[in-house]
Amino acid sequence: MITLTIDNKTVEVVKGSTVLEAAKKLKIDIPTLCYDSRMKPHGACRLCIVEIEGMRRPVTSCTTPAEQGMAVTTTSAHLERLRKTTVELLLSDHPNDCMVCIRAGSCTLQELAYKYGIRENRFGGAMRDHNRVDENPFIMREQNKCVLCGLCVRVCEEVQGVSAIGYAGRGFEAKICSPFEHDLNCEFCGQCVSVCPTGALSAKMWAGHPRHEGVELTETTCTYCGCGCNITLHSLGNEITRVSSRTDNHNRGWLCVKGRFGYEFINSEDRLTTPLIRREKGGALEPASWEEAISLVVDKFSAIKEKHGADALGGLASARCTNEENYMFQKLFRSAIGTNNVDHCARY
Amino acid sequence: MAGLAAKFGSGAMTNSVAEIETAKALLVIGSNTTENHPIIALRMKEAVRKGAKLIVADPRKIPLTKFATLWLRHKPGTDSVLLNAMMNVILAEGLEDKNFINERTEGFAEFADSLKEFTPEMAEPITGVPAEDIRKAARIYAEAENAGIYYAMGITQHVMGTNNVHAVGNLAMLTGNLGKPGAGVNPLRGQNNVQGACDMGSLPNVYPGYQKVDSPEVQKKFEAAWGKPLSSKIGLPASLMTEAMIEGKLKGMYIFGENPALSDPNTHHAVKGFESLEFLVVQDIFNTETTDLADVVLPSASFAEKTGTFTCSERRIQKVRPAIASPGEAREDLAVISEIYQRLNGEAVTVPDPEAVFAEVASLWPGISGVSYERLEEESLQWPCPSADHPGTPYLFKEMFPREGGKAQFTVVPRVISSELPDTEYPYLLTTGRELFHYHTGTMTRRSTGLDAVAPTAFIEINPADALKLGIADGDQVNVSSRRGTIKLPTRVSEIVPPEVVFIPFHYKEASANKLTSDALDPICKIMEAKVCAVRIEK
Amino acid sequence: MNREITVNVCMGTGGIAAGGEQVMKALKQEFEAAGIKNAKIMENCKLHKVGCRGFCARDVLVDVTIDGETSTYQYIEEKMVKRLVQDHVVGGKPITEWLVGDDYHTFHEKQTKIVLHDLGKIDPESIDEYLGVDGYKAAQKVVAEMTPEEVIKTIKDSGLRGRGGGGFPAGVKWAFCAANESDQRYIICNADEGDPGAFMDRSVIEGNPHAVIEGMIIGAYAIGSSLGYVYIRAEYPLAVDRLHTALNAARERGYLGEKLFGTDFNFDIKVKLGAGAFVCGEETALIASIEGERGMPRAKPPFPANKGLWGKPTIINNVETFANVPPIINKGADWFASIGSEKSKGTKVIALTGKIRNTGLIEIPMGMTLKEIIYDIGGGIEGDKLFKAVQTGGPSGGCIPQQYIDLPVHYEGLQSVGSMMGSGGMVVLDETDCMVAIAKFFLTFTQEESCGKCVPCRIGTKRLLEILTRITEGEGRKGDIELLQQLAEDVRDSSLCGLGMSAPNPVISTIKYFRHEYEAHINQKKCPSKTCNKLLTFFIREHQCVGCGMCIRACAVNAITGEKKQPHHIDQDKCIKCGSCFDACKFNAVLKE
Repeated sequence: MITLTIDNKTVEVVKGSTVLEAAKKLKIDIPTLCYDSRMKPHGACRLCIVEIEGMRRPVTSCTTPAEQGMAVTTTSAHLERLRKTTVELLLSDHPNDCMVCIRAGSCTLQELAYKYGIRENRFGGAMRDHNRVDENPFIMREQNKCVLCGLCVRVCEEVQGVSAIGYAGRGFEAKICSPFEHDLNCEFCGQCVSVCPTGALSAKMWAGHPRHEGVELTETTCTYCGCGCNITLHSLGNEITRVSSRTDNHNRGWLCVKGRFGYEFINSEDRLTTPLIRREKGGALEPASWEEAISLVVDKFSAIKEKHGADALGGLASARCTNEENYMFQKLFRSAIGTNNVDHCARY
Repeated sequence: MAGLAAKFGSGAMTNSVAEIETAKALLVIGSNTTENHPIIALRMKEAVRKGAKLIVADPRKIPLTKFATLWLRHKPGTDSVLLNAMMNVILAEGLEDKNFINERTEGFAEFADSLKEFTPEMAEPITGVPAEDIRKAARIYAEAENAGIYYAMGITQHVMGTNNVHAVGNLAMLTGNLGKPGAGVNPLRGQNNVQGACDMGSLPNVYPGYQKVDSPEVQKKFEAAWGKPLSSKIGLPASLMTEAMIEGKLKGMYIFGENPALSDPNTHHAVKGFESLEFLVVQDIFNTETTDLADVVLPSASFAEKTGTFTCSERRIQKVRPAIASPGEAREDLAVISEIYQRLNGEAVTVPDPEAVFAEVASLWPGISGVSYERLEEESLQWPCPSADHPGTPYLFKEMFPREGGKAQFTVVPRVISSELPDTEYPYLLTTGRELFHYHTGTMTRRSTGLDAVAPTAFIEINPADALKLGIADGDQVNVSSRRGTIKLPTRVSEIVPPEVVFIPFHYKEASANKLTSDALDPICKIMEAKVCAVRIEK
Repeated sequence: MNREITVNVCMGTGGIAAGGEQVMKALKQEFEAAGIKNAKIMENCKLHKVGCRGFCARDVLVDVTIDGETSTYQYIEEKMVKRLVQDHVVGGKPITEWLVGDDYHTFHEKQTKIVLHDLGKIDPESIDEYLGVDGYKAAQKVVAEMTPEEVIKTIKDSGLRGRGGGGFPAGVKWAFCAANESDQRYIICNADEGDPGAFMDRSVIEGNPHAVIEGMIIGAYAIGSSLGYVYIRAEYPLAVDRLHTALNAARERGYLGEKLFGTDFNFDIKVKLGAGAFVCGEETALIASIEGERGMPRAKPPFPANKGLWGKPTIINNVETFANVPPIINKGADWFASIGSEKSKGTKVIALTGKIRNTGLIEIPMGMTLKEIIYDIGGGIEGDKLFKAVQTGGPSGGCIPQQYIDLPVHYEGLQSVGSMMGSGGMVVLDETDCMVAIAKFFLTFTQEESCGKCVPCRIGTKRLLEILTRITEGEGRKGDIELLQQLAEDVRDSSLCGLGMSAPNPVISTIKYFRHEYEAHINQKKCPSKTCNKLLTFFIREHQCVGCGMCIRACAVNAITGEKKQPHHIDQDKCIKCGSCFDACKFNAVLKE
């Protein structure tokens, strides 16, 4: 363990921790834009700079290893001036369209601009001029809004292992794109969208839906494979408008293409909305009331059991449905009908 | 899961997903993890970045091979020979964990004897894997401080599926890779709640919590709890139900949330079964190939519309919460099943409370008696969790195996040959599986515009050498036939499959791979052999 | 006729660029034509007194030695060879008007040569010639007789500081690296010289590659490394070539590879070609580049000595630093420490350029004053114009004004006036140089070479450049100086790597010393040095105009009118102030005000 002081408060952290991690332990808030605890520190946004006794100049707390006896200052007039300049520089090359931006209200840059009260910009100057790119079904890229935090590049390389995107160009013209701007070698997991701190990357499916107004968030569990990812459903009324995932859960906020983008089926027009009964063999399925449908089921099951015994009935449960439903289903067969003819298709 | 249960006394992932990062070696066999369990695959990649050695054993050049230290391209259906040969090397080179074998296992002597014939040289022509690679794999796995095995349907969906599972378990036992973090035998579950469905007793031979229906004690316990006499006769497994329907033994069926008319191997046969029924009830969120055959179709709520719990691969029980109301008159399955239950029992119909149902399960299965909705609001819990102050169990068998005597059982695994191998008439070996962008029979994913746009059609993967031989170009439509049916679909010429092996994803109803697959069964757990059958390809 | 004739042709990159190859060819032809068979024509300079020519401005330099009598010619071209052979070699009469002058000799005499000592003396492609000047003696001594600790102590005691820019004591860095527990450590030679106008490292590798290799062997032994890299830019084909030749020769002789000098010490060197990104000279970016990543710097700490290449402890020194190591071992730490100043020991190789008579590569003892360098070695300002400032340390250095002409040139000295040593670039500026334009020039370079990773450098340098540009174009606003100053400081204080930290130096130092020039641009819309065209008015002095029409032809916008042999006239409404007429006029008739 290492002991250090941050803003005159003492904290103990394990060796290998960074100064930022130590500060987080003390619940000291240091602004960041390119930091994500799930990835290697990058040190690019320069917002998490701190002063450390004995060091000539401010250093980024996200990259600096904590050391025994370090004395760290996280806020000073000088640091705040540097941070403000950095935010102001970012804004000087950022479209001022928060009003219509899909990330308004959940944008780190917007928060920083608010925090530092940047109403006017001392710098002005040239701005990048990229087109919106959306040559795939899932991800919208608005590179003019990119702050080059590198989170998308890192998540794609370090977490997803795909490396579909990287850096190109130098200086002011530096940008993030696929290698040689060829086709994306992309799995569309949307991890990049989930870590983007601005409106540079968003899901095409989100467009047109309310950003916050009236949107409810529900924590639940993904319905696809057996990974059991925790997801957050965003809904407006009875429509699912977005799926996200919190970073503090066991899947660390990561989702796959199905979990993140495969939610349209829920509001599909094709959903069954009423019971259907085939009133005569070979006939068509026709709408019926629940009462009629359930009565028919109960009557038929009872009749078959009566005539052929309980073992003439069987049930296939569902590996998609809940534990409670599965429990109830086997209980129905075992106790109400009296047979162990119950299985599910998961073995296929 | 019968294999694992027999060996260890419990059939589930022995370890946790988060522990994968701490493994020093990983053996991934019969699992295309990046496409089928993408988030678990992230942990595997992380492990590799942290220095773990990854062995991938798969006939296809799956994406995970890119991260592999060693890729064993064995022929489909030769998994247990490959594993046996690895174990032969481990014993020959003295790499086994003698303490573990002595203290925590039984049946070693006979088992060790059975491995003698499985030399790498014997395995090489059968598996197609060079003997030297088998040795390398054995050393990587056995020499690691902790090594995990991860597998999925590539191991189980065979006529010798149970054998394969035994072989996997034997390997872990031989090297002491059980009962510690980042190790174990880890079947990756293909659907969100396979684990839960099994746990809840949606199996013909066990009540919730794997309590045997043919045990008089257990029977008494459940009769007392449910207040009804219960049958001690083991029920029909799903794979034998088709035959029972055709033979007229099964007259009525109730299916919810599944689409066996597309997902069952040899679907012609399955459909014939459903058509023979007197009465079929299907409960689902969409019309499917199975609802088409039903007498009554009941509209369900989707996962986004209901309360309950799912148990994922790693035995983790998690809450499902409703975000929206169901469309039209669709109802939660629980309410429907409960109403039918109550009416069959002549009880008054009440609205079921999922929390009460869960509490009932917890009272009947000691493995989760410490789990409650109250706790699940705050955290997710991995069973066993026997008491309210128990934190849950990230990995199993730390102290003992839940079998009589507390030890794990070595099992002799003989060589079994797939039921249908290529011949002159059907010269190609077909293997099936999923692709990243779709799920199962596609009822959900194919209704998502984006997913459907990136993966709109079925395809058959064929090696360039075979394509050349058949005069087929990438994208050409071909007829693929087996002894059970024919489908027409475009080709994808690719090195992903080895020569003489072809692959078809089974999501697509318009070119359903399961029209071709075989319904040959594993004699023990009655799983169908979806991973190997013989086909013919014609332009 | 049985005279001993030797002709040396300077064939460094400078010599080749000036036409050395053609001169060589012509010499051979002329000798053949004249029937001279016993002449030796050497591909390098071999005059004892001079060592490295370093005097590339005078290329092609040719030494003609007949019976021990040497004459050195400057500016030799192919067409001059015939007369040279006829008059001097055959006729025995040196051609006095082509000979170098006294300044050529002063240029060399004022220098102290350690790194450049053997350049020009020995054939860089012959390991035997290097062995002839005690080559690999130091490495052998170190590997066979000394402990790593002793080596590090010697380097520490010598006071050798990194010559790549930072000036960090090399021995201390080596000790840090050696102190880290690790199964592997790496040693990297940074030969990614990217400053415009800098060619120190290139010349050393081209002229004496074995000295660098030997320095690396010694360093590797000291820190316990078995693998080294030379990161060299691909645009230096000759240097790369000679380096490969030298590495192969060293391997053949057992100086690299396994069991060096019969001991258990193994060490080899790989060459990694850089693609010419300036930022890759920054050590962490260089490491990223070797690892196959985009050359983007990583934040320090952790320093490479703790966590460098592939996460292992790594030493990075530049070419000149390594070249200093063998002489230190051979002659002792005390000898080296006796040269230079108190805190900066030894010598520094400097690329002297700008408005100066003798441009070229020089090596001075640390502590020599600017005045000595500019006036004694450099021969003073070109065209007898007034000295204004000297810019040191490459594109990120600062500008030092006239008042500091007696400043000693060493790390501390340069830093004390807001500049730096950098890799050793020195650009002399005269009265015609506008300091705002100079700042803009350097910012243009650094802005383009920014890797774009960190915000202050990526956007900050762009904004600095934009403000400078508008000032030089007459669009400067009140408050721009303060804004520049603030932004420059913020970029300096918050950038990720050395590039961003030092990029504002030209701005900060020019505002500090030449604020009046900024003010003139902004307030009076005037460029005092008459450099910023947009702030000038061009007109034609009628009495000096002969009406030749050159300016009319040069003007792209047809702003100049006038009959032949009649004075011309510039239409100010049309004039775009490009300055073409000023350059075109041979009679000084175009005036800019």
